Amino acid sequence: MILANVYRRGLRGFLPWFYVGPALLFLLLYLVLPTVQTVYLSFLDGRSQQFVGWDNYRVLLTNPATGIALRNNLLWLVGVTGVSVGLGLVLAVLLDRVRYEPIIKGLIFMPMAISFVGASVIWRFVYAYRPAGQEQLGLLNAIVTALGGQPMGWTVETCWPLADWAPITLPGVGWEWSCWGIPFLNTLALMTIMIWLQTGFCMVLLSAAVKGIPADVVDAARVDGATELQIFWRMTVPLIRPTIAVVATTVVIVVLKVFDIVWVMTGGQQETEVLASRMIKEMFNFREFGRGSAIAVLLLLAVVPVMVSSMRRFRDGEDGL
Amino acid sequence: MKLLNVLNPWHRSQPPLARYRQQRRGVRLKTWLSAAPVHLTLVAIALLWTLPTAGLWISSLRPAADLSQSGWWTVFQHPFELTQYSLQNYRDVLTAEHMGRAFLNSLMITLPATLIPVAIATLAAYGLAWMRFPGRQMIMVGIVGLLVVPLQMTLIPVLRSYRDLGLVGQFAAVWLAHTGYGLPLGIYLLRNYIGSLPREVLDAAAIDGASHWQTLTKLVVPLSLPAIASFAVFQFLWVWNDFLVALVYLGAANEVAPVTVQLSRLVGSRGQDWHLLTAGAFVTMVVPLAVFFALQRQFVRGILAGSLKG
Repeated sequence: MILANVYRRGLRGFLPWFYVGPALLFLLLYLVLPTVQTVYLSFLDGRSQQFVGWDNYRVLLTNPATGIALRNNLLWLVGVTGVSVGLGLVLAVLLDRVRYEPIIKGLIFMPMAISFVGASVIWRFVYAYRPAGQEQLGLLNAIVTALGGQPMGWTVETCWPLADWAPITLPGVGWEWSCWGIPFLNTLALMTIMIWLQTGFCMVLLSAAVKGIPADVVDAARVDGATELQIFWRMTVPLIRPTIAVVATTVVIVVLKVFDIVWVMTGGQQETEVLASRMIKEMFNFREFGRGSAIAVLLLLAVVPVMVSSMRRFRDGEDGL
Repeated sequence: MKLLNVLNPWHRSQPPLARYRQQRRGVRLKTWLSAAPVHLTLVAIALLWTLPTAGLWISSLRPAADLSQSGWWTVFQHPFELTQYSLQNYRDVLTAEHMGRAFLNSLMITLPATLIPVAIATLAAYGLAWMRFPGRQMIMVGIVGLLVVPLQMTLIPVLRSYRDLGLVGQFAAVWLAHTGYGLPLGIYLLRNYIGSLPREVLDAAAIDGASHWQTLTKLVVPLSLPAIASFAVFQFLWVWNDFLVALVYLGAANEVAPVTVQLSRLVGSRGQDWHLLTAGAFVTMVVPLAVFFALQRQFVRGILAGSLKG
């Protein structure tokens, strides 16, 4: 009798692990342990497996290519997150007032189903380049040509010169500023693809939040004579700020990991590189596993602030349970 | 006014409902016109968003010779002249460029890599939501933390152990990897949903003597089917569209490469063969787009359940 009880209680204590165990095993094997190992590997030489301390980091941080990758990552982070969240918010507010909302939502959300590689191919047809005089295959260059401009390699050139329609080099200033016009043209072109992919996602989440705002509150403000812009800035945005934060966090995480678009569109050409593509290059092209790991650690360090904030949000949500 | 209505034979002949509808229609038209900028903006953005994909689709239906000579929008000069369309690109890319094989590979990779994590995540979500055991709160916090670990972080060590085990280039390598990478999101989404099921139902089942396993299979799984389906769609799209995991663990050999890897090779080696690229890109998109449009509602509901509650 007692023995049976102990047996049953013991089994009961073990039972939850039958449910949670397999998942924990996978998480341990594929996420936790490899992450720890990568941090360790980043202190080893890629070939000889000797401990080299901070050497990998030193080499990376003194390499101008890393600087460019970091700069581009920052551009992506600010540009893609800002534009896709902002545009998604505007769309969500506008969609709140129309009846054919599902159709528009479906069309803008659709890129969500397309792979980064597929999206890159789609956008090659937008950016396709042919010298002037020939018929243009790329939509963007066809428009530029029709407007009387010069066609250009959108994913190749670093600058869209606006003054004199020709690059002007400023002596003594780095190449980034060697033009009067729109700098980082190639990176902006790749960022556009990401914005195209992410806006629909932001729109869907924000639209749900906008619909959650009580209609009578907004109506009351309208009766009191608030303009649409005032309602947007003073009511809509503050009321759905938590959702905006969640959406922005999600986009930041996706953007930090981006690699496929850069890889397929420009083959990791120097001026367009980001940390993730740089890492794949170190690993596979140069076989520098130590340096690759070091970049991965840098990536993780970039994600940690995001992780901490989202964990705090999770705990806040847990209070209700 | 009332007198006028009585005297007006035309007005009286109309049934009241139709009259009401006519008046409403007038109001609706007026509000519609005042909101014209909103409509114009929305339609313009939707068109802008669809244009790149539409361009690719039209291009993929044009013969190779035309495709390299003129932009896809030129078909709109005579949109109904059917001779300017052909399916030859699709035939070429499916037979000559290994795309057919890659399509099968993608299916072989995606189905198990969707089913395994869905099953494991459902089990774990049930355990974390309804079972009491030490450390479950910590485990949940850990899983949310893992949600943001860049998967690039794990590539080198996992690839090394795969080399030692001889798993590189095997489908099992990506099945297991996708399970590991997909689990944090799956557990997070499903636990939120399963945790929000009414407590009384589960208590009633326990009082009736149902074991945890019976509660899970007969009660919780049927009740959380919307959430499970939405995670399944999410995982399916993610695995089908994945490029990095397949490239690293499978390599680019024709026997195992999925459509995304095959397509990227097409871009790399034959950047000028526009006709193959267009058709190839569409082959890779057919399945996810079909799944997406068929299950869009479910998919959206699942994302909302996870993101808004957190």
